[in-house]
Amino acid sequence: MGKYLLLKHYRGAPAAVNDVPMDQWTPAEISAHMQYMQDFATRLEGTGEFVDSQALSPRGTFVRYDGEGRPPVTDGPFAETKDVIAGWMVIDVDTYERALELAGELSAAPGAGGKPIHEWLELRPFLGSSPTVTE
Amino acid sequence: MDEALLPTLTPTVIGILVRRGADFATAEDAVQDALVEAVRGWPDDPPRDPKGWLVTVAWRKFLDAARADTSRRHRELRVEEEPVPGPGEAVDDTLQLYFLCAHPSLTPASAVALTLRAVGGLTTRQIAQAYLVPEATMAQRISRAKRTVSGVRFNQAGDVATVLRVLYLVFNEGYSGDVDLAAEAIRLTRQLAAMTMHEEVAGLLALMLLHHARRPARTGPAGRLVPLAEQDRGRWNTRLIAEGVDVLQAALARDRLGEFQAQAAIAALHADASTAEETDWVQIVEWYDELVRLTDSPVARLNRAVAVGEADGPQAGLTALAELDPALPRHAAVAAYLHERAGDPVTAARLYTEAARLAPNLPERVHLTQQAARLNAQLRGCPEDG
Repeated sequence: MGKYLLLKHYRGAPAAVNDVPMDQWTPAEISAHMQYMQDFATRLEGTGEFVDSQALSPRGTFVRYDGEGRPPVTDGPFAETKDVIAGWMVIDVDTYERALELAGELSAAPGAGGKPIHEWLELRPFLGSSPTVTE
Repeated sequence: MDEALLPTLTPTVIGILVRRGADFATAEDAVQDALVEAVRGWPDDPPRDPKGWLVTVAWRKFLDAARADTSRRHRELRVEEEPVPGPGEAVDDTLQLYFLCAHPSLTPASAVALTLRAVGGLTTRQIAQAYLVPEATMAQRISRAKRTVSGVRFNQAGDVATVLRVLYLVFNEGYSGDVDLAAEAIRLTRQLAAMTMHEEVAGLLALMLLHHARRPARTGPAGRLVPLAEQDRGRWNTRLIAEGVDVLQAALARDRLGEFQAQAAIAALHADASTAEETDWVQIVEWYDELVRLTDSPVARLNRAVAVGEADGPQAGLTALAELDPALPRHAAVAAYLHERAGDPVTAARLYTEAARLAPNLPERVHLTQQAARLNAQLRGCPEDG
């Protein structure tokens, strides 16, 4: 039992098999993709495995502390940044195998030509709190 | 028992407690506790006099809280002898609550939360769900808001404009979770309009009704945005449109124009057209001129450029657009639209892709990507299929 983050990247993941930018799909293919994503989330709500899903804007800024009484330093956005996160889904599943299975299904969302994107999703287990019973 | 009645009684009951001498923050908590008890108990054991029940239970909870507080601070409690208010005062109390909850010292997010709880009678849990934050976070936001306004006298005259801004924010949030915030905003604005003769309250109510009327036609499968020109106008709610137009006409007749009335007039002109082609764009441009004059808002100028593009042709729209700052939100989307109409699909496709990258929410991003995809498919010579 545990929570997993399915991380989707704008950039930084290995190239997908069906790697065509969305604005080069047909409008109907985009609709089919959105429907697939929504159906997937709805199905996981139904099985009690869905926790959260969010999409992120590609525009990001790096920020850091710059010392007492000074405003934070900002940098970016960087055109050359290697890794840009597009969004995530959090699932709560019984086994690691189930998490793999669901990530695989999500990666099969249809893209250009109506064929699966085979997109690489990053699967990351949550570090939870320590168990009450430890021995 | 009609539980929909519960939220409508909330501001009245808070008003009664405050008139009996309770401070607003404690009274509001007491009424919230009474509401939660009512939601639990009423379905099985409905009271004969719902308002009387709420007043009694909330007052008891207030006294419990005040006594606990008093014994901590060793202070006398002298509020029990206060007279019960007459029926005429309930309206004033509710109006005062609107002002207090939208007080200028509050941040917009706090004013919204406090208004939904104290005036709207929603529970903290419902508000938290609607705004997708944890319940504890929302509870803290509300109690901080109440501390912020604790020094404000309850009978102080407020500014209607601040209340309208809060209600407008609630309306624009749409709906998520199990609370329909747009419908809630309409209920609260309707209630406010019944208590005041302010033209802009009527203007905002009309604006909400006219936009709400189009909601069934605004989204397609999988939450897809359907732009105004493509909406199935048969799915617009004609009852809401008729009410919105009536409310607006009565407001305009008083001849004190404001930004919400102008926006509602634009919405009414759209509602008036049985097809997109019949839209009276010339009049819409005139109303945008009014809106720009009233607000000097760059967003109004941007929307005006679209209307000019429809009334006088895309080149005129692009000329109007050229005067505006390209950093404005949705500037690229408007530019894309006008370039396509001006017969430049290559520029339009590039701008739609750019606009999608800058989109502030997911449905808009998908919609703009769809537009880019449609043009790119045309440019490749593919048959249009979306």
